[in-house]
Amino acid sequence: MIRLSANPAIDTVIKLVTVAVAMFAFVFVVMVPLYNVLCDALGINGKTSGDVYTSVPAAVDESRLVTVQFVATNNEGMPWEFGPSTTAMKVHPGAVNDTVFYARNPLPKAMVAQAIPSVSPARAAEYFHKTECFCFNQQPLEGNSAADMPLQFIIDQDLPRDIGTITLSYTIFDVTDMAKGSIAVR
Amino acid sequence: MGDHHHGPAKGLGRWLFTTNHKDIGTMYLWFSFAMFILGGFFAMVIRAELFQPGMQLVEPAFFNQMTTLHGLVMVFGAIMPSFVGLANWMIPMMIGAPDMALPRMNNWSFWILPPTFLLLASTLFMEGGAPAFGWTFYAPLSTTYAPPSVTYFIFSVHVLGLSSIMGSINIIATVMNMRAPGMTYMKMPLFVWTWLITAFLLVAVMPVLAGAVTMMLMDIHFGTSFFSAAGGGDPVLFQHVFWFFGHPEVYIIILPAFGVVSQIIPAFSRKPLFGYDSMVYATASIAFLSFIVWAHHMYTVGMPVAGELFFMYATMLIAVPTGVKVFNWISTMWRGSLSFETPMLFSIGFLVLFTIGGFTGLMLSIAPSDFQYHDSYFVVAHFHYVMVAGAVFSMTAAVYYWLPKWCGRMYNETMGKTHFWISFIGFNLTFFPQHFVGLAGMPRRIPDYSLQFADFNMMSSIGAFIYGASQILFLYNVIATIVSGKPTSEEKVWDGAEGLEWTIPTPAPYHTFETPPKIDPAHAHS
Repeated sequence: MIRLSANPAIDTVIKLVTVAVAMFAFVFVVMVPLYNVLCDALGINGKTSGDVYTSVPAAVDESRLVTVQFVATNNEGMPWEFGPSTTAMKVHPGAVNDTVFYARNPLPKAMVAQAIPSVSPARAAEYFHKTECFCFNQQPLEGNSAADMPLQFIIDQDLPRDIGTITLSYTIFDVTDMAKGSIAVR
Repeated sequence: MGDHHHGPAKGLGRWLFTTNHKDIGTMYLWFSFAMFILGGFFAMVIRAELFQPGMQLVEPAFFNQMTTLHGLVMVFGAIMPSFVGLANWMIPMMIGAPDMALPRMNNWSFWILPPTFLLLASTLFMEGGAPAFGWTFYAPLSTTYAPPSVTYFIFSVHVLGLSSIMGSINIIATVMNMRAPGMTYMKMPLFVWTWLITAFLLVAVMPVLAGAVTMMLMDIHFGTSFFSAAGGGDPVLFQHVFWFFGHPEVYIIILPAFGVVSQIIPAFSRKPLFGYDSMVYATASIAFLSFIVWAHHMYTVGMPVAGELFFMYATMLIAVPTGVKVFNWISTMWRGSLSFETPMLFSIGFLVLFTIGGFTGLMLSIAPSDFQYHDSYFVVAHFHYVMVAGAVFSMTAAVYYWLPKWCGRMYNETMGKTHFWISFIGFNLTFFPQHFVGLAGMPRRIPDYSLQFADFNMMSSIGAFIYGASQILFLYNVIATIVSGKPTSEEKVWDGAEGLEWTIPTPAPYHTFETPPKIDPAHAHS
């Protein structure tokens, strides 16, 4: 053992304080990033990757159809009308699909919203690629106005064959108060 | 140097500025008892409300504040400081050291506690009320939906974490550097061993708790989104961080209790502790395993099956070292010359009831079963069997066991035994029926319940009042002992007791082991 002080008690104290400080730092520099990385990598909690999918489009798998269902939820206190234009689509893995979500701000004031996606079953999350999504950015709407928000996605050809239905759920949050700075959103 | 053998200073200054491990230990013990009464009072409010179905006495919001403060005060104010107080009193006397290694820090780590709990209790009188999100303070209940007093709560947790870390560093520094010559690690009394391991756990996980509340603070006041989905965070992260602290925390509470009964059972069996080495290794194994089982508190949160299985098997593994301990205590009593003074009664009560709590823990560890038990009264029954009948019973045993050594007077044995039997009956009447209502589906932390749970809840409440009242008897017995107990000057108050603390005069002088004692190299551990 390396001695950090001539006084053995002080030596023990220095080492233990170091451990305590390191454990405090561990929460922020290891636990939080590791949690996000693991959730992303493993699709835990149905988290889809926040990044724009840019892989080369491979052959479309015409042999099967996957049902993609869309669910929209308003977080508590969020007054917007928010929902998918179609509630379900049948798509081929590998094909590029487009749909839109409808949003209307019924209040007279401008607001900013953030949609958070979740995929169920969680196992399918890593095969659900979004090339364009309104959830990548915060969505501002002027008072009493509406907008169609686009979503473009590809189901990976490697999606396990036993998964026939994927549900994509969005919860929309009012982030008007947080929207001052730009927040990295996954 | 001539004034070296001075006694305690006079007046209030003695307690404010003391660096004496016995004074600080005494203050810790009295403070924790005061918190035990306060937390017990909160529990009485809960049980009074649950005495009958329907809303009877308090508003639901106040009920939530009671369950929250009861948990916080009992865990951080009563149980943890009581064992720190015991460590302060006993560890130097058990390893032949004159005092703790860092006496001034010791003073500080105690004196920051009372203001902290005053601050926490004061939230009851604040606008919006005290924290009402449960002692586990899950986000977003404790962030987005928290009352304004949550900031006081966060500050309290920071300070009491600091106090625990300082106390632990002190204990580790003492045990590692101040053992008398010849007191090797494997000769240390088991209470010292369990506290050494507990202190390492505390140094490792209290900063994690501090990190969790710091993230809450930042989410509430500084616009971060650690636990807010809207900003890209995740409330489930909170549960992982909290239980990464929280599971080692339950062993922080129970390991010193293991140490206490490992001192008392041999004394009243008049036999050395069976399997000393295995006790040490079992304690270390439990401590290690406590770091890799946290998610068994959150099976229902939505984890991959592989995760559920890992945490389930790892949790079940803890039953092995714990079983080693229970069998060692039983083997210690086997064919011993048993006698049943109050400390022994509480230790045997601990052994029986803790084992029941261990078994229900095993039931809860099974992930598919846990989906049924989760957040039900079954969980409440389980953790009160390990926290109350485990930690509090063993703490009570410790007070009866060492009180004659501390004050040179014997407690009233009849009153002590009466206290035990009332406690034992009251405790079981309170918590045993909670297994049944839990399995039948009564959820925890709810101020009302369905009519079919009425009888068992009334039994529970009556038991709780009995258990609460028995603590008044305890308080009376302790005060009566200190004031007018039968004086004793026998060094070895209990004829079967072993250890250095029984070689010094009774009552223990203000300063002990200023010259290190001689440890017989052939003598086994004590």
